[in-house]
Amino acid sequence: MTVYFLCMVLLTLGLYCLVAKKNIVKKILGVVIMDYAVNLYLITIGYKHNGVAPIIEKATPTAMLERFVDPLPQALVLTSIVIGLGVLSLMVSMVIRLYEKHGTFDMSQISKLRG
Amino acid sequence: MNSIPLFVAIPLGAAFLIPLLGLWWKKSGEVFATLSTFALAVMALMAIGAPAMVHHMGGWTAPLGIALVSDGLTVLLLIAVNVIAFLCTLFSLKYMTAYTGLPKYYSLFMLMVAGMNGVVVSGDLFNLFVFLEIASVASYALVAFGVEADELEAGFKYMILGSVASVMILFAVGTVYAVTGTLNMADAAREIATRFGGTEMNPALLLAAAFFMMGFGLKAALVPFHAWLPDAHPSAPAPISAMLSGVVIKSLGVYAMCRVMFHVFGFASTSPSSVIIANAMIWFSLLSIVVGGLMAVGQWDFKRLLAYSSIGQIGYVTLGLGVGARVLATGGTRSLAALAILGGLFHLINHAAFKSLLFLSSGAIQHATGTRDMKMLSGLGQRMPITAATTNLAALSISGVPPFSGFWSKLIIIVATVKAGHPAVAAVAIVMAFVTLVYYVKVQREMLFGPVRGCAENAHEVSAAMYVPLIILAIVCVGFGLLYPVWGNQILEPARDALLNGAEYIKLVLG
Amino acid sequence: MKGMTLIVKTITDFVAAFIVVFGAYIVLYGHLTPGGGFAGGVIIACAFILVMLAHGKEQAFARLPEKAAHALDSGGALAFLIIGWLGVSGGFFFLNVFGRGEMFRLLSSGMIFPLNIAIAFKVGSSLFLVFAALAMFRRRSFRSMIEEELS
Repeated sequence: MTVYFLCMVLLTLGLYCLVAKKNIVKKILGVVIMDYAVNLYLITIGYKHNGVAPIIEKATPTAMLERFVDPLPQALVLTSIVIGLGVLSLMVSMVIRLYEKHGTFDMSQISKLRG
Repeated sequence: MNSIPLFVAIPLGAAFLIPLLGLWWKKSGEVFATLSTFALAVMALMAIGAPAMVHHMGGWTAPLGIALVSDGLTVLLLIAVNVIAFLCTLFSLKYMTAYTGLPKYYSLFMLMVAGMNGVVVSGDLFNLFVFLEIASVASYALVAFGVEADELEAGFKYMILGSVASVMILFAVGTVYAVTGTLNMADAAREIATRFGGTEMNPALLLAAAFFMMGFGLKAALVPFHAWLPDAHPSAPAPISAMLSGVVIKSLGVYAMCRVMFHVFGFASTSPSSVIIANAMIWFSLLSIVVGGLMAVGQWDFKRLLAYSSIGQIGYVTLGLGVGARVLATGGTRSLAALAILGGLFHLINHAAFKSLLFLSSGAIQHATGTRDMKMLSGLGQRMPITAATTNLAALSISGVPPFSGFWSKLIIIVATVKAGHPAVAAVAIVMAFVTLVYYVKVQREMLFGPVRGCAENAHEVSAAMYVPLIILAIVCVGFGLLYPVWGNQILEPARDALLNGAEYIKLVLG
Repeated sequence: MKGMTLIVKTITDFVAAFIVVFGAYIVLYGHLTPGGGFAGGVIIACAFILVMLAHGKEQAFARLPEKAAHALDSGGALAFLIIGWLGVSGGFFFLNVFGRGEMFRLLSSGMIFPLNIAIAFKVGSSLFLVFAALAMFRRRSFRSMIEEELS
């Protein structure tokens, strides 16, 4: 129960970092923190008390199958990590181009579109 | 094998083939994109009237495997997405010659189409999330395609906000999995209906519904999640603006919200939580109608005006759907809910047609005159007759002037809202419909009518590849209004029935 | 970029090939041990990125030319899609048409084995190209940018 609460705290921290910091790179780090908070949440959903990793080997007795943690959220998290990587690389390349155009990382001097 | 996976496989194949051949043959993008979007448009039109189908990927039956579902609502969205994608590709053939790196543009475009088709046919919550991400990331890159400072800033803002939305959606998917134990939408619907039917939903599910509303609301640009749209849509190249405003916000935002709210959470069980969800939909749509309309009046940039107008019109769509949901959730008559949902879906496909037409014509104007600032243009009607005529048609249609299509859909939504017992909401909707007319008359007066002045003096009509999509969409705008009895019960009414009957969806997928 | 110190360059020359082999192991045994296509692809890309960081971009492109990386990228994705199409012969997309063999052997996963390899190619070359694109930009001061614009 506390673990889910801590995941939410991490999500809120990421959101605070995204909103309150002026430097664009720190805003990207806020998005990355939010991504990892959700991945952590997804993995802890599959947790089982006294569980073991869900890998079947030749020597695994069938009684052990009940002690496996849920492998489905692990597949979801793998996909989510890949998506996060793709989005992060696109964001970083956009930031580099923005720095070339404006010469600064400060968001308040970059945002010109208003109204 | 039925044809549902082809809607995803063909654009994905084109998206991977175009950069490979683009290393040696520069025109590969145009050829393959046009061929694939044409094939997709034909397949989507042939799917009209087909019975509802399920395709179990890899032979694994649901709920173990991933199911791709095609029912009435899916067919409606597939037609909108694929036909408009084909017309925008035709438009891009001439318009994008001013940009470099064209194989990448067409590849990203096909990825966006593949993502949208995947969202629409998906029968599984996580599969929906993955395709939503594919379409979103492709659109982030496309918004910033011409790498000027404005476009990069708009693309960056869109990207940050879009990532936050995706994080919320993933959170909600995880919560639904934790409570129901399955990711398949039909199976989750059945679990929720049997465990919580008629009583208060598990608070975790209500949290998941709130996160879904936040995430899909941001993709659909409902107020207060709309902050990315007025910057992103003007900065994108014109065919991409047409796709974004015309189909992306509908398939990623409105369709996904409907599918999850109406089918997974369900309004048929009249529990207090369903009423909360329906009220939220109505409140967000009311805010969108008001904010979108009022902000659009003061704009002098044509594309920014159209972007705010999109926010307002999506508010109308969700108003229709929200009123229908509330009628179902409070136990009202089914026919009234059916009327409201019909109005919402009709306005959805109408808006796809006329908003893409308006953005494409803004692209034609920008191509011919070099600007989109309305203060510097005047009297385009004399220099660019086809563009001006189609823009006039679209403006009249979106303002709700009879007998064009926009009038009928807004009328149905307002009538249903009044009959459902919300006269104040209907009054606001009527007032904002007049405001819509006001700013479109402003567009016509400033840009199309009057003496030729300013940048319009060097303008001439655009080439055939650019005005043929405009003419086709204008015919569609008129035809949807006048020929409703012909196409209404083939396309629109199965979509409405698919949304109303959650139980049939469960039976279709799980057998 | 001129690269790093002599110690880093020497160690990179020793280690890069082993990193590729390790990445290939993670890819090929992906159905038996944790890992699979994506993780293995990232490790293989890391080997080339290490060469790029230590020696500079030209050396890295000498070992894997840019056009080849683009071709591997699209080719890997197309291979994934074609393996999916092969299942149509059985009636479903992505149906497993490869043999399944005995359990716990290398060739025992049917379709997953070629899919892992395709994804490793795609992810590896994509990540390498992303780093190459990011390394294109150089640190400049605002003043030098203005001077460049005005000239």
